[in-house]
Amino acid sequence: MIEAVDLTCERGERLLFSGLSFSAENGTLLRIAGPNGTGKTSLLRMMCGLLEPTGGEIRWKGGNIRKLREEYWKDLAYIGHLNGVKDDLTVRENLRVSVRVAGRSATEAQLAQALDAVGLAGFEDTMARFLSQGQRRRVALARLYVSEAVPLWILDEPFTALDVRGVAHLSALIARHIENGGTVVLTTHQEVPVDAARRKRVDLGSPTAAPVAEAEDAAC
Amino acid sequence: MLNVLLNVIRRDLLLAARQKADVLNTLFFFVVVVTIVPLGIGPEPNLLRSIAPGVVWVAALLAAILSLPRLFANDFADGTLEQMLLSSEPLTLIVLGKAAAHWLVTGLPLTLMSIVFGVAFDIGIEETSVMIVSLLLGTPVLSLIGAVGAALTLGLRGGGVLTSLLVLPLFIPVLIFGAGAVGAAASGVGYAAYLLLLGAFLLFALVLTPWLVGIALRISVE
Repeated sequence: MIEAVDLTCERGERLLFSGLSFSAENGTLLRIAGPNGTGKTSLLRMMCGLLEPTGGEIRWKGGNIRKLREEYWKDLAYIGHLNGVKDDLTVRENLRVSVRVAGRSATEAQLAQALDAVGLAGFEDTMARFLSQGQRRRVALARLYVSEAVPLWILDEPFTALDVRGVAHLSALIARHIENGGTVVLTTHQEVPVDAARRKRVDLGSPTAAPVAEAEDAAC
Repeated sequence: MLNVLLNVIRRDLLLAARQKADVLNTLFFFVVVVTIVPLGIGPEPNLLRSIAPGVVWVAALLAAILSLPRLFANDFADGTLEQMLLSSEPLTLIVLGKAAAHWLVTGLPLTLMSIVFGVAFDIGIEETSVMIVSLLLGTPVLSLIGAVGAALTLGLRGGGVLTSLLVLPLFIPVLIFGAGAVGAAASGVGYAAYLLLLGAFLLFALVLTPWLVGIALRISVE
């Protein structure tokens, strides 16, 4: 179970949200909604431990994630705005390296299976620099297929740049993960086919009159 | 645990092999600096012999500084650094792997090339070997301390200049003892103390800097 307790976020002298509390049991899809510039990405980065909350704390299984650190990250798969794909590595090398650096292990067969599942079969030995945006996103998402045993997934706009089939595949993957008792936290404008009982939503307030793009930039 | 260290080294070496221009720039810079200094100073063999260790060391130091901004910048830009920060393996080991890979593609080739410069400047076999040992001990310190500077200035505009300003004062003791060791060998004084001090710097940097780089990276990525 992941909980946020009395979270406050300030970016560049602007208060994005304060006193935010919510929790998600295992097997829940937690969707962070809100207009641009309300701190969705900042909230996700806080939940990963990349960004220190201005106030409050995030708890995983009851412990503050800033104390759990590596123990928490073992349970976490994060896909952010940036794909984390190296231009100068092939698709297969990218997946292999990112899985290993994350401290996980996967056999070559599992890697091939994951790439097949995201529709990149046949592209294994292509340099990532020759891929389209959507294909790069798929390389990043292939990490999820290798991380199915990882309980918590935090996904920032996972559906961006994907085509219709890609979206359908990913929705199915997310739904399956939740059915297996995993927790998925995401920001998206896409509907994911999950039972209403397993769905939760956190709405971030409307932005103040100040320019909205700035806050999103600061969060990147 | 050790696996992640080796994996990071292997990854960075593979990337370096695919971006040869970056690596060759540094080495080319080193060769150019060392070879043009004698042209400016004039062909006086004794003078060249006495300045050789200093020239090689200064060039190695500048080459190291030149290569620093790239250490984390690419990983930061494409998001792989974020993934490293969220690894369940200790960040210090990942950082150590990156610094080791940096040394393998800058410090080590520079050191090997210096053998040729030892011959070119005609500084004798004993002095050349002392110079090589001092570079072998000193250049990893440059990579490790440089990594702290590169991590602190990550994502800043004009970070390259700031990195040099930050790390230069810390590089100076390495330069003094590195070039000093060769000078001492040339004048027949014991050089062991210089090399021992360089070794001490290296151990100190190995223990302390990966931890500092980890903290700096977490701050930079916020």
